[in-house]
Amino acid sequence: MSPFPFSRYALVAIFGFVVATTVGGALIAVLSRRIIRAVAGLALSCLGLAGLYYFLNSPFLALMEILIYIGAVCVTIIFGVMLSEPDEHAPTEKRGQDRCWAAVAALVSVAIFWGVAHLSLHAPWAPLTAAQSDGSVQAIGIALLTTYSLPFELISLVLMVAILGALTLARGGRSKS
Amino acid sequence: MNFANLPDRPAVYFILAAFLLAAGIFGLIRRRTLIGMLISGELIFAAASLNFMTVNRFMVRDPSIPSDPSVGQIAVLFIMGLAAAEVAIALSIIIAVYRNYRSIQPKELSELNG
Repeated sequence: MSPFPFSRYALVAIFGFVVATTVGGALIAVLSRRIIRAVAGLALSCLGLAGLYYFLNSPFLALMEILIYIGAVCVTIIFGVMLSEPDEHAPTEKRGQDRCWAAVAALVSVAIFWGVAHLSLHAPWAPLTAAQSDGSVQAIGIALLTTYSLPFELISLVLMVAILGALTLARGGRSKS
Repeated sequence: MNFANLPDRPAVYFILAAFLLAAGIFGLIRRRTLIGMLISGELIFAAASLNFMTVNRFMVRDPSIPSDPSVGQIAVLFIMGLAAAEVAIALSIIIAVYRNYRSIQPKELSELNG
């Protein structure tokens, strides 16, 4: 008997909250008309995803998710919104045609959802009884500096090339004044 | 069904990842601006990372291949780095497009349309 008999239920409640945050954020990111709200929805969804990583036994990745996605990606997208158009225009097609395309998109995504969920739930996985990794930063650090040192260095190269490319691309077409 | 062990079931994470993928694809089809499509792409990246982490946490590896138990976390870290690079490049392309066309709607960018 644990000293806090309801701690398990509190954990489940927190898990439900995290899942609801992820789903709600994704829905806001996809369905809202204003782009800035979609960015906020993406940030919310990433916050929920960080909680999910915590439940998946990896607090380091949870922190990295918050740091990179909310701190870097969402802020960069907000800068992009400020430098271009803030809003989506109203649809130019007729209302019936627009509804028809929305129905087609919903049908496609529901089919993909059903297919992927069915595949991953009915795949012949061999389930594990205990947690596989301890999720410690030490294990990740050792793996990054021994087994995965080449991809680790390559990703820094990719990031540097991406930064240089972004600078060059965004600089072109600017007036001299 | 026992709700108390819900965080320890891989099915929840799998369904959530499938939902994120479906939401991202819906956004890719429906969005009428390039930045909205970029946000939907980020959702698809998130779905892939969640699947990696779930399989790494719950499913057994092939015992004949020696591997690291933290390989899923490494993979997700690499996905995050690639997503950050992708966002930087895509946003600079979007800004360059906006300078040239005064619009970020994919419909307006139809110069090659016959």
